[in-house]
Amino acid sequence: MPAMLKNSGAAALSEIERLSVESLRGRIGTSVWGGGVLLSLFALPLEGVLHLCAVLGDRKKSDIELLLAPVEGTGYPAITASVHQAHLFEREIAEQYDIRPEGHPWLKPVRFHEPYRKGAGVFGAERPGPAVWDYFRMKGEEIHEVAVGPVHAGIIEPGHFRFQCHGENVYHLEIQLGFQHRGIERATLANPARRLFYMETAAGDTTAAHATAYCRVVEALSDCKPSPRAEAARAIALELERLANHTGDMGALAGDVGYLPTMSFCGRIRGDFLNMTALLCGSRFGRGLLEEGGTRFDITPAIAAELSRRLDAAQADVAGAVGLLWKNPSVLARFEGTGAVSAETAAELGLVGPAARACGLKIDARTDFPSGHYLAGAPETVTLETGDVYARAMVRWLEMQQSLDFIRRTLPAAQGDTGLCRCGAFKPESAAVCVEEGWRGELCHVAFTDKDGKLSHYKITDPSFKNWTGLALALRGQQISDFPLCNKSFNLSYCGVDL
Amino acid sequence: MTAIADFAAALLLAPLLPGVINRVKAFFAGRRGQSVFQLYYDLRKLLAKGAVYSSASGFVFRLGPVASLAALLAALAVMPAGGHGSLASFDGDIILFAYLLALSRFVTVLAALDTGSSFEGMGASREVFFSALAEPAFFLSLAVLAKKAGAFSFNLIFLSANPVTGTPLLLVLAALFIVFLAENCRIPFDDPNTHLELTMIHEVMVLDHSGPDFALISYGAALKMWLLGAVVVRLALPFGGGTGGAQSPALFLAGIFALAIATGIVESCMARLRLLKVPALLLSASMLAFAAFMVS
Repeated sequence: MPAMLKNSGAAALSEIERLSVESLRGRIGTSVWGGGVLLSLFALPLEGVLHLCAVLGDRKKSDIELLLAPVEGTGYPAITASVHQAHLFEREIAEQYDIRPEGHPWLKPVRFHEPYRKGAGVFGAERPGPAVWDYFRMKGEEIHEVAVGPVHAGIIEPGHFRFQCHGENVYHLEIQLGFQHRGIERATLANPARRLFYMETAAGDTTAAHATAYCRVVEALSDCKPSPRAEAARAIALELERLANHTGDMGALAGDVGYLPTMSFCGRIRGDFLNMTALLCGSRFGRGLLEEGGTRFDITPAIAAELSRRLDAAQADVAGAVGLLWKNPSVLARFEGTGAVSAETAAELGLVGPAARACGLKIDARTDFPSGHYLAGAPETVTLETGDVYARAMVRWLEMQQSLDFIRRTLPAAQGDTGLCRCGAFKPESAAVCVEEGWRGELCHVAFTDKDGKLSHYKITDPSFKNWTGLALALRGQQISDFPLCNKSFNLSYCGVDL
Repeated sequence: MTAIADFAAALLLAPLLPGVINRVKAFFAGRRGQSVFQLYYDLRKLLAKGAVYSSASGFVFRLGPVASLAALLAALAVMPAGGHGSLASFDGDIILFAYLLALSRFVTVLAALDTGSSFEGMGASREVFFSALAEPAFFLSLAVLAKKAGAFSFNLIFLSANPVTGTPLLLVLAALFIVFLAENCRIPFDDPNTHLELTMIHEVMVLDHSGPDFALISYGAALKMWLLGAVVVRLALPFGGGTGGAQSPALFLAGIFALAIATGIVESCMARLRLLKVPALLLSASMLAFAAFMVS
């Protein structure tokens, strides 16, 4: 009987279903076209043979399924041909293990590093950098190409954007990241003592979510169960992270259309939310709050009271600041109809998080794959229909209000001594999966252990990994001058993809 | 002598205008904001720096900032940008004024194209397109003034007994204010604060300029604001000996800084227009001016 996992569950390798690549492809297709989700797809060496591992999620039943398929030879038929969500995953696999997904429509490296092993030589011996690789190009006398980045005017991360334009109209945008590949997944295996730090910095603005996912994976592998108080505190940290980032995004969106009041106010209020996280653990980004088996800091009644007071103040402030946006016709005129993504496209690409909910997809890992404190009741999932910048902004605003209520509801449950459940040795030859709803969308961590109970493989899938393609498609048929606004409305992570 | 004083005052005080606008914007955003003298500090800093020239650019790129500022200085000579008459004046100087502004833009655009950068080409294309639409509004406004004053000289227009009054005055002022915002790259046309190259119009054209060249450009931008602001202010405030109003430099200064404050308020209250909608607003400015021409 193949293992059907719940979120944050573990299974012995012997329980994981093994099948051929051909059947794996069929299973992924069946699942995805039936409303399921390809949470992650990667390759790993297992018992001396390279295997493809697919993590499929069933949102209705909250089931997670791990599938393994051995790959013989130097290639296999690409899954992307039938399931578009696999596009970037398969490029990653080809780059890491140097095998060729035959029939992949756009086979390029993702991070431009040396392959982990010698294989088919998919990308040749010479490895040019990200910005000098071939890009999709349009031809024509009046077509022009605009290249932006990797060095940007703002203080942001490096990424390269190629626009194929006719005048102001964008026909195609290709996004190439990989400039800050750090090798987090491999470092995690090599340096157990630093694991948690790596997770906290996998995507710096998603510290709580990545750290939570990692802790849950470790806890699943060692049968450790954190106290309900610790789970509640983690949920509060996750929601505070969401509040801070959403507030920052609302301000940045206002700034991009040149609307200063909301930009300035939200910049400050974001700081207020960050300071609430600092109130819990001393770090504005929640570093050091979590630990395998619980949390490092207790929420005393005094802290809870202070947090509650600050929440009230911040809620009033942010309502005023964001309210200005919805009342200003010139702002709405810029937001509405800009960078629209249809629900079909969003589903096909497997978009996640607010970007997907803005298109009308009712998906949220907190309700679809609940774990920890969310099992007792998650914030309501908010969706809009239009899929444009307005919808992405509005979804954030509605989510913020849900989060504020959720924190208030959760605060009593988090008070007091959280206690720490010490994680023991990992179960040998097992695998564990955790899905968390970060503020950008669901992220997935998968870990495998070897026969000695050591981590043998660790896979992180950041929501940005799935959503960047959404941004590229949102730009089609838009004005190039609207790119910064569309970009901000997705606000994706570069380092979360580069890892 | 008074004209020389006005000329000198314009040269000296022009960099205050962006400072005032920024302070107003900061006030509306709940911040304290930078000093109103910030541009002076920036100019001093830039002038002390060296300039970097790309090996891909030639003399046109170096000529741009100098020629652009020279054209603006010449325009200032024919504009009574103060409480008195202008430094130089002849019949037809309003046409010269408009084309000196156009010349200043022309050399800036050439310098932008000289870099060969796709950003700057994009900015140049936008700048030329939008200014081509702003020009009719500006000329039609001038035509209204010339028609009423019976002269093609700023001095005669502004020193004659209040040439335009009532509805036509409001229409022309509205048209000129829109032109003022568009030509000076203010919101809702352009966002002077943005760092996003893809959305810029004017700023993206001057990205490659550095050091003293950029100082000339920044100073030129402030001077242009003073020039176009003066047209609005001299029209809006009652000067001219004929109506008995005093030729008051103090009143003019109050007017031009009030205009800066108004610009700051506009920028704080609204977002930028979508680039596609910019032509519509510029055309409506032309229509306002045209209506003024018909009823005056």
